[in-house]
Amino acid sequence: MAIGKAAIEAVGVTKIFQSSGQDSLKALDNVSVRIGENEFFTLLGPSGCGKTTLLRLIAGFDFPTEGQILLYGKDIAPLPPFQRPVNTVFQNYALFPHMTVGQNIAFGLEMQGKPKAQVEARVEQMLRLVQMEELKTRKTSQISGGQQQRVALARALAPEPKVLLLDEPLSALDYKLRKEMQIELKRLQNETGITFIFVTHDQEEALTMSDRIAVMSKGKILQVGSPRDIYDRPAVRFVANFIGETNFLEGKLISSVKGEAKVALDVGETITASLADGVAPSGKVTVVVRPEHATIVDKAKKATLAGKLENIVYFGTDTHYHVKLNGGGEFTVRHQNIQAGRLTFEKGDKVGVLFGAGAARVLRD
Amino acid sequence: MAKSFSVRSQPGFVFVALLCFFLLYLPIATLVFYAFNAGVSVAVWEGFSLRWFQSAMNNSEVQEATLRSVFIAVTAAFLSTIAATMAALATTRTPDYPGLTFKYAFINQPLMVPEIVTAVALLIVFSRIKVWTGYSGIGYLLAAHTAFCIPFAYLPIRARLENMDLTLERAAADLYATPWNTFKRVTLPLLWPGILAGFMLAFVISLDDVVITEFVKSGGQETLPTYMLGQLRRVVTPEINAISTVFLAISILFVTIFFFLNRKKV
Amino acid sequence: MATAGEIALAAVKRDIRNRWLLSVPALVIIALAAIGPLFVMLLYSFMVKGDYGDVKFGQFSFDGWFNVFFTRDIFDDTLTFADAHLSILWRSISLSLITTVTTLFFGFPTAYFIATRPQHQRDTWLFVVTIPFWTNILIRTFAMQEVLRNEGIINSALRAMHIIDSPIQIMFTNWAVLFGMVYVYLPLMVLPLYASMEKIDFRLVEAGYDLYATRLQVLRRIIIPLVKPGIIAGSILVFIPSLGAYVTPRVLGGGKSMMLGNLIELQFGQGRDWPLGAALSITLMVVVTLALLVYVRNASRGGGGHG
Repeated sequence: MAIGKAAIEAVGVTKIFQSSGQDSLKALDNVSVRIGENEFFTLLGPSGCGKTTLLRLIAGFDFPTEGQILLYGKDIAPLPPFQRPVNTVFQNYALFPHMTVGQNIAFGLEMQGKPKAQVEARVEQMLRLVQMEELKTRKTSQISGGQQQRVALARALAPEPKVLLLDEPLSALDYKLRKEMQIELKRLQNETGITFIFVTHDQEEALTMSDRIAVMSKGKILQVGSPRDIYDRPAVRFVANFIGETNFLEGKLISSVKGEAKVALDVGETITASLADGVAPSGKVTVVVRPEHATIVDKAKKATLAGKLENIVYFGTDTHYHVKLNGGGEFTVRHQNIQAGRLTFEKGDKVGVLFGAGAARVLRD
Repeated sequence: MAKSFSVRSQPGFVFVALLCFFLLYLPIATLVFYAFNAGVSVAVWEGFSLRWFQSAMNNSEVQEATLRSVFIAVTAAFLSTIAATMAALATTRTPDYPGLTFKYAFINQPLMVPEIVTAVALLIVFSRIKVWTGYSGIGYLLAAHTAFCIPFAYLPIRARLENMDLTLERAAADLYATPWNTFKRVTLPLLWPGILAGFMLAFVISLDDVVITEFVKSGGQETLPTYMLGQLRRVVTPEINAISTVFLAISILFVTIFFFLNRKKV
Repeated sequence: MATAGEIALAAVKRDIRNRWLLSVPALVIIALAAIGPLFVMLLYSFMVKGDYGDVKFGQFSFDGWFNVFFTRDIFDDTLTFADAHLSILWRSISLSLITTVTTLFFGFPTAYFIATRPQHQRDTWLFVVTIPFWTNILIRTFAMQEVLRNEGIINSALRAMHIIDSPIQIMFTNWAVLFGMVYVYLPLMVLPLYASMEKIDFRLVEAGYDLYATRLQVLRRIIIPLVKPGIIAGSILVFIPSLGAYVTPRVLGGGKSMMLGNLIELQFGQGRDWPLGAALSITLMVVVTLALLVYVRNASRGGGGHG
């Protein structure tokens, strides 16, 4: 995937935490990734996967045990954080409690030694950018969580860093506010053109905001791609499971030709599926199908799988059909509740499950 | 109407507790009371008078001792607070490193060794130095006081430091602040109430010290407590009561300020 | 270009070095004016005593230590135990133990009382208890003297109530020292006890009552074990200073009821036996350290048993 000039690049980065005694924790395991200029890049994964560690290495709060961190090609690992043109929005905002909103925003510029007039002007500009002009003289303890968030953003953006790091900045906000801030962040990234590196464990957030996502687990990057790539074409089980809902089917790989494979499902027909990179040429494989790419059909019609409808769950916009497959296993079908296509199945019915060639994907593991 | 069962109460506890409070204050109250006694005796009340406060104030020995006490206390508190602040910064918010426990024990030594032992040791060392150098000034007292004040200044500073949000200093570094700037603009302002509390604690400890001062002082170098100790051996007049009352008032003042400083938690 | 590992290591080393530099002032001051002198004192305990106090510097002997435990009769050279010293040591240890137990007995309900007051009252009660703690030990001892003297509060009250005719001599007895030390060290017991007690989860106490325990049983088997760390901390804070008490026994005990601290002082005053004084001080320090170790061992053993 061409991304143009790499703003941040991690090359073979490993981080091992040594605690006293024998225990050591490998937080990052030979991680390499290239993040482009003007990108909204997300590190996505469950807690403990290493995403925050990687962020901290880029920011300079810790050093890699092995590997390099390059900023526009230059190794910044030897540089302490106050010498890196990289700023961070912390999860708990870390606003200086003894300073006002305006003083917080001005801080980075003052530390850079900018002249007073310039600092003042920039502070005003930032306040306008995050729509907080009236709060300039308030103490940070007197403003709401959402406002604190925006001050933290303004403070980090004021010194015009090359890269902005955001460490789960929205996790403390309530749902509605979080949705607003997501749109806000996207807008800011577009307007300023600064590379955003965003860390979150919320896959929905990652999908809506990012240009590209890196899915991480246990210190490794499992897959990097656009939201669409990650969702439609997961490469490994973890990614398929972590993002959205998925059905897993076991089978045997019969043949593969130019990214397309024929798989004989254990509990169903032989199907055509797309192939992830690096899948072994033959043997047992796992296939994934998204619930919305399948349909429930009458048992008499031709179908890929057959089973009994165990449960119907109504969700307002769609309905989930949980099917217990003949031969074992379960399959969920998601059907949008549009007027024209109302399904009339009932719990306990014998049904078939049908999905097309593009719906299935063979995983690497 | 049955009395409701209180989970918390234990038989006799309230009585003993209140008795304790009463007994704690009774001697002190009596002391203060007789400071205002018009008569000479410390037992027979002869009417209200401020004469003993006046005579204490005019007593040249008392004046000299008080000045010396305050001078030592301010200097020792100042020096020990600086040393303690630096030591606190060095020993907190860090994973264990070789020498940390050693340093911690070292700094808190005065709290673990009985005062008389330290007093005697200092007497020995300083008298030997006196023999070698002939110096007999106030330096010995200053050194001794600064040393035992350090752990007292250290404790509140350390407590405040440990409660501080670590990410604030990281944020400062992230925003281009050099370590010195981070300290000056973020750490120090937030640490300040702790430093102030440490200073006050050290000041009071130094002012109150009897044992070490008694042993270390050279002839004529009386502080207020040693003066009072000397007086207790001779004829006791209510002047002692008056001095004690003033001392008490100062202690109460400091406790009050200390309480307020500690209440304001960030 | 240095590898990442080297950079990380260099940063850690720099950090440790900075921390050592920062600690220097405190360490130097304490080394020179607190800990260092202790070693010099050890040295002095092995020197020959001078004719008018101090020592004959550079001349060594075991006499100092010898005289701690034994006396040699000046006429017939027989060895006996130094009775005076041993009785003073005994008095110090026993008085300190009794003081600790007494302050525990009185301090426990007091701390409990404060801990069970409603939240907004507690600060006031703490304030009330803390003031004597911050008052000069001399003032507190002097106040106690006013109570115990022949014309003091106790005697005057007893005479006024016609319980006695002539004053009871309390001053300059073991009792006076005991009363004085309990009075002086009581706040030191209350404060750590309170710190432990305010953390008590009273639902545990409720559970005890629910399971048919009486008040006494709840106290003994639930409350006391829960505040054990406080009891231990308070005991140390009382026992150790009272072992080394100087002011209180001096003022209230005079020459008749000496404790170890007074005996030590004597050697630097009239006694003119500095090596003996040094040796006695070290003995005191050893006893204190032993007591500390015993307490600490008890604390960790007891604390680890809870689920």
